[in-house]
Amino acid sequence: MSGPAIEVADVSKRFRVYRDKPTSLKQRVLSSRSRAEDFWALRDIALDVGEGSTFGLIGHNGSGKTTLLKCVAGILRPTSGTIRQRGRLAALLELGAGFHPELTGRENVYLNASFLGLSRKQTDAAFDDIVAFAELETFIDNEVKFYSSGMLVRLGFAVAVHVDPDVLLIDEVLAVGDEAFQAKCLDRIRAFQREGRTIVLVTHALDTVIEICDRAAMLHHGELHAIGMPSDVVREMRYVLLGVTDPNFVPEEGTREAEIAEVQIVRPNGSSEGAILRGDPLTIVIDVRQNEPLDDLDVDFAVLDGATNHAVLDARTSRAGLDLGRFDKKRVRFRIEGFPYEPGKYWVTVGLSNRTTGHLYHVQTQRYLFEVFDAPRVQELVEVPVAVEVEDL
Amino acid sequence: MAATVQTVERTSEPPHLRVGERLRILVAHREILANLVRKELKVKYAASVLGAVWSLLNPLVYLAVFSFVAKVLGAGIPNYPVYLLSGLLAWNLFSASMGPGARAVLDNANLVKKVAFAREILPLSAVGVGLVDFALQSAVLLIYIVVSGYGLHLPELAVWPLAFVTLLVLTTALSLWFSALNVRYRDVGHLLNIALLVWFWATPIVYAEYQVQHLAAKNDVGGAGALAVYFLNPMVAVVAGFHRALYGTVRPIVGQDPVLFHESLGWVAGVVTITLVVSLIGLRLAWRYFFNRSGDFAEEL
Repeated sequence: MSGPAIEVADVSKRFRVYRDKPTSLKQRVLSSRSRAEDFWALRDIALDVGEGSTFGLIGHNGSGKTTLLKCVAGILRPTSGTIRQRGRLAALLELGAGFHPELTGRENVYLNASFLGLSRKQTDAAFDDIVAFAELETFIDNEVKFYSSGMLVRLGFAVAVHVDPDVLLIDEVLAVGDEAFQAKCLDRIRAFQREGRTIVLVTHALDTVIEICDRAAMLHHGELHAIGMPSDVVREMRYVLLGVTDPNFVPEEGTREAEIAEVQIVRPNGSSEGAILRGDPLTIVIDVRQNEPLDDLDVDFAVLDGATNHAVLDARTSRAGLDLGRFDKKRVRFRIEGFPYEPGKYWVTVGLSNRTTGHLYHVQTQRYLFEVFDAPRVQELVEVPVAVEVEDL
Repeated sequence: MAATVQTVERTSEPPHLRVGERLRILVAHREILANLVRKELKVKYAASVLGAVWSLLNPLVYLAVFSFVAKVLGAGIPNYPVYLLSGLLAWNLFSASMGPGARAVLDNANLVKKVAFAREILPLSAVGVGLVDFALQSAVLLIYIVVSGYGLHLPELAVWPLAFVTLLVLTTALSLWFSALNVRYRDVGHLLNIALLVWFWATPIVYAEYQVQHLAAKNDVGGAGALAVYFLNPMVAVVAGFHRALYGTVRPIVGQDPVLFHESLGWVAGVVTITLVVSLIGLRLAWRYFFNRSGDFAEEL
């Protein structure tokens, strides 16, 4: 451990966007230069990636993640600022970049490996492993134009994970292949981590970031929006993803004698992801752990309207007359039979407190989000009481 | 892990080209160069039964055709097939490298945008492919020279390495320059096709360099000055070197054709050496241009 493997100091990158880019002499002579517009893909990015750490880079499409990675890799040159990078670097910006359809799998392995800095000897030594990893033993001497896209991707990744860099840059290449292959890729990444290599990972798979990264940063419109613990950065990313920015965001509070272990908002289809329809049932599942024996523990939740920040619904175990008692771990399910409110985004705040003293053990304020859409059945028969009167005329 | 860890610093400024350091990087990347050349050759002959034999066929056909044609036309150059091919093969290396060389960066846009490696390798690989063909075709010519009894002549043959290195430096310099220029101005490719056509006839390949001397001497178009202008075309000296090395001298017919002077072996070697020095300076400049521009390739493609 001696200093960061990558230091990014105030790096900005400007792209010139031409409406009609002059690519010939005639156009260059005839058109004025004023047509170029500036687009800042990166603005004053400053971050360090420690040696041997795994760094996650997240953000929307077009937020500048790949541009930053390309600057670090030396493919693009920053418009201002400095990037300092120590050690041998390999960048996987695209699996099988440089694969040629007319060459066989074997020849492409050698070609691709040389781009990633492997010598012929090293490739010879790793060749059998590569082929076995890609599970392409029978097809390796076929031209890759006959490969399926899945086979190509497997071969590309197999070569990539057999490189021997100090610093590995990975751009969105883990989201390939079937689940078994993805698990294999993640195993390989973990092996890299154990070997003390530095990894920078660009991905949209937010759970992966939490799972394997030591630190993370989020880029938003070319600016560094958040940096820190992966779980914090991912949470921020989820807020931004859902288009809700909450100025009153409060981090977790409490003295933690009891803790919220996990919260799931279970949709009608049993999944804890995705939007619901108005009127759908919703279950808020809260797993609670007592770190020391507690009496009078109260579990509560509140739903807030994302637009107004007003609570629209809440419930607590004590109000339902439940005494949880002392326990190690318990699961509490709050079931909302039909979510009645307007379409929109809703926050969920979850809290553990003492029902007699009001002492807060653990509160996650507006930490969870779900989105409600209008039910497609616009006109529905609602049972409205209708009085009937008949009189003689 | 390596005891000494290299640190790379990337800034907005294009780094200064340090030839020695850059050469080391290129040597470290030689595997890529070899693989790219192999790929190009493989792709070139993919799905063809004869493969590289096609490259050999080209000079064979020239030899066969011109053995007869030269007799019919009476070109005035004895052993015309040897004369023609010794110059033509050099030209082929030049033009066959320049065409793909100028397109090297454009055609590999996908690589340039996705993979970090020394960009010089792309035009260099085009030259590499040209070299392989050149080697095959030169082997055919050499066999012909030996088998036909024409024979090799030693003091002249010594010019060959000099001419060859000059040709290589010149071709590399222009490939580097054109491939970088082509990224910004796509005209370069078209321009180059036409330029090569004119260039071919401005170079003594099918005719003898002495014939230009005759013109200069006979028509008083400036004498030695006109000839000097002719030699501004670096390929004239290169091809003259190849001619002298493999073919010998086209002797002017005394009395009938006035010439300015007789070109001695030393004179040819001198002209080629001057061209080599100029080409080396050109290579340095072209390399610097390419190097400075290469940082923006990924952006401009």
